[in-house]
Amino acid sequence: MSVTTMPALGPRKDARVAAALGRRRKLVDHAVRWFCIASTAVGLFFLASILFTLAWRGLEAMGPTTFTKAFEPTTYGDDTLPRGGLLHAITGSLIQVTIATLIGTPIGLLVGTYLAEYARSSPLGNAVRFVSDVLLSAPSILVGLFIYQLVVLPMGGFSGIAGALALAIIVIPVVVRTTEDMLQLIPNTLREAVIGLGAPKWKMIVLVCYKAAMSGIVTGVLLAIARIAGETAPLLLTSFGNNVVTADLSSAMSSLPIAIYQQANSGFPDLIAIAWTGALLTTLGVLAINVIARLLLRARH
Amino acid sequence: MGTSSETATADVASFGGLQARSSAGLNATSRISVRNLNFYYGTNKALKGINLEVPDRQVTGMIGPSGCGKSTLLRVLNRMYSLYPGQRAEGQVLMDGRNILDADVDLNELRSKVGMVFQKPTPFPMTIYDNIAFGIRLHERLSKAEMDERIEWALTRAAIWTEVKDRLHASALGLSGGQQQRLCIARTIAVRPEVILLDEPTSALDPISTLKIEELIDELKRDFTICIVTHNMQQAARCADQVAFFYLGELVEVAPAAQMFTAPKERRTQEYITGRFG
Amino acid sequence: MQNTVATAGMTVPAPRRRSAGGLGDFIFAQLCRGAGLLVLLILGAIIVTLFIGGLPVFREFGLSFLWSTAWNPVEGREEYGALVAVFGTVTTSILAILFAVPLAFGVAFFLTELAPPWLRQPVGTAIELLAAVPSIIYGMWGLFVLVPFVQLHIQLAFGETLGALPLIGRLFESSNFAGTSIFSASLVLAIMILPFIAATMRDVFLQVPPVYKESAYGLGATRWEVMRNVVLPYTRISVVGGIMLGLGRALGETMAVTFVIGNANRMPGSLFDPTTTIASVVALEFPESLMGSLKQSALLALGFLLFAISFLVLAASRWLLRSRLKA
Repeated sequence: MSVTTMPALGPRKDARVAAALGRRRKLVDHAVRWFCIASTAVGLFFLASILFTLAWRGLEAMGPTTFTKAFEPTTYGDDTLPRGGLLHAITGSLIQVTIATLIGTPIGLLVGTYLAEYARSSPLGNAVRFVSDVLLSAPSILVGLFIYQLVVLPMGGFSGIAGALALAIIVIPVVVRTTEDMLQLIPNTLREAVIGLGAPKWKMIVLVCYKAAMSGIVTGVLLAIARIAGETAPLLLTSFGNNVVTADLSSAMSSLPIAIYQQANSGFPDLIAIAWTGALLTTLGVLAINVIARLLLRARH
Repeated sequence: MGTSSETATADVASFGGLQARSSAGLNATSRISVRNLNFYYGTNKALKGINLEVPDRQVTGMIGPSGCGKSTLLRVLNRMYSLYPGQRAEGQVLMDGRNILDADVDLNELRSKVGMVFQKPTPFPMTIYDNIAFGIRLHERLSKAEMDERIEWALTRAAIWTEVKDRLHASALGLSGGQQQRLCIARTIAVRPEVILLDEPTSALDPISTLKIEELIDELKRDFTICIVTHNMQQAARCADQVAFFYLGELVEVAPAAQMFTAPKERRTQEYITGRFG
Repeated sequence: MQNTVATAGMTVPAPRRRSAGGLGDFIFAQLCRGAGLLVLLILGAIIVTLFIGGLPVFREFGLSFLWSTAWNPVEGREEYGALVAVFGTVTTSILAILFAVPLAFGVAFFLTELAPPWLRQPVGTAIELLAAVPSIIYGMWGLFVLVPFVQLHIQLAFGETLGALPLIGRLFESSNFAGTSIFSASLVLAIMILPFIAATMRDVFLQVPPVYKESAYGLGATRWEVMRNVVLPYTRISVVGGIMLGLGRALGETMAVTFVIGNANRMPGSLFDPTTTIASVVALEFPESLMGSLKQSALLALGFLLFAISFLVLAASRWLLRSRLKA
């Protein structure tokens, strides 16, 4: 080895240069650190601002009528006229979200199972995974346009079922993602143990894998519900909105987001106040479901 | 640095310094003094009342079964543990007359004086040249020519220059494991630290690469104080001048290597080096 | 081996049980496969439906639909062009990315390296909740809180200070004082996509093995130097993937933008001019248009364009993030 012929250390590093560089480097480090703290503060500030605005303006029109009355036209400030509520929107949202979840969940569950248990790396599996992930982030208004062409046009008008179908399409990729992720966390030894007992594969999946991945799958469904509960754009083109309480799936149906949208843009202060109340309810519901989903997932780990 | 007389003598010695020293001589000046050091991971006490003198420009080997605290001690010497909240050290670690555990110690400066090489080679995702230049640029301002010279010097001292001189601007990730580890050593010495900490530097390498690194350690101790943690008793016997045996967070015995492996004083040491546990 | 066991031990029941399991397996496997194919079918059907729906407009105006700025629904003189909406979509999204990426990086860096551990979980959750807030809420908040703020405090200040700059000064001056503008829309979009980009960045930063960071710290590097020289080079592909994911979200965002962009079919000359985006023009005009009209066809054609753009961006994002998905 030639190392032995090398001179030892040259002159030691210049302490003054190192100190000066060190000061500058630390200054830069501090600047970046403060920038990061500020960025996080800005993010939190926006969340706080949104929640505060919602609470402040949403509580104004909150009252029993919110949950017992359907839409009423503006009172023009006349207190003798009846004030409207959001009953039509709340029932509409519940109906459409429930149907969408009931349709979307089993399909999403099966697709997630297909990806995790049958087609981990087959070409078809990769294609399905890719398409599902694209759908997860695809513009939801396009789903509205699609269902409009597919359901609304042939039926001759907007309908609650069209809205539910549009939401179901949005549910599927959310459930697929969590189902696949959760099933893949299950160790293969567990699968082998079940198969080793002589159980057919489908029983292994349904009785053992689903059970092991249950909290994760439920989390996925909850996140999907939270997602569609606030969706507005696709409903605008499918169930459109309605001023009365209805459970008729073949007619136009209101929903919280749509009611918010229409009343917020009405220009009448009393209707805008009701829109804020709807916004507060929707946000609280969505955030509460999110928090529950997170707690559920954390309890598992 | 360089204000205390102790450092000044060390510097002079290292410039003139090719004189051979007796590897068994443990009466050399102490570079680092560990005094009554306790270390905690949260509430778990991982080091208990450690006292250790690390002699200047010699190799101190640290041995002991897994979880005995030897790697922990290494991570105290360059305050690496400070990255992780919940880990804390009590006591004194004196270097150049300062307690490096003090809160106001400049960690970046400390780490430029106490370099570290890890178990797994850790080349950065950049060229070989930039891997070496990265550390130098942090502490020094060099011209292109000076930088080239320093990089050649560091790679030569790490015994890898001839292998990489034609591809300095290729990615460091293309090197073999042994080459990557020598690159990491070159990266560490390029900053010209005073102390080099080696945390099981050969455990991920094949025997030939291991041999090269061991030769390198022997060669580097002319100029650097070296602490090496190893699981390999033969390696400790081959490389170290002084060996420290750790067990369950305690420093059981420190002795010159020859004595440690032939006539250990403590029964636990004897049992460990004869393979009765660990 | 199996045969001998079956014939020797359980002569009669064994085959039946196995065939029952076999049939169940077959049905279940086909169900799963069918559901997978359904997902492919849905995406394919969306493309085809939008394209067929837009066909009359493509036939009527040909390629000039792509670069025409006209939007005239008056019967007899109908003329439609996509340029304003496409330009508005792309501009607001890119501006949103420019606003959001530095902030998202700051949040991710804070959450992975700088924040004390007890703060990481709650702050991380709060930022993630920002992503859960429905877009219509962003729209209302934008219209009633952000737009007045932009109107009163940002637009004038920008116009007075930056308006004097040569060449680019025009970008900051506008005669539109409603506050609803490209700038407001980009700002709302930026806040909406911030949590997505920040969460991706945080996840990929966490995947860098600590020993690499320690090697850089061991040389005396500061946290920022470790981030810039070790963490970012290691994760840059995934970071770009995360940014593309945010871009994909921004391109298709509807309600939030509709509230604050002003919805004017005009090419904007300034950051503070109103304009429109594909999603908001569809949301506003589609429900009111006559079934089967040329206008509907134009809106479906716009939808097709939006699909094409966001599909490309999302596909690119997923391709860049594939290593992370595998991990």
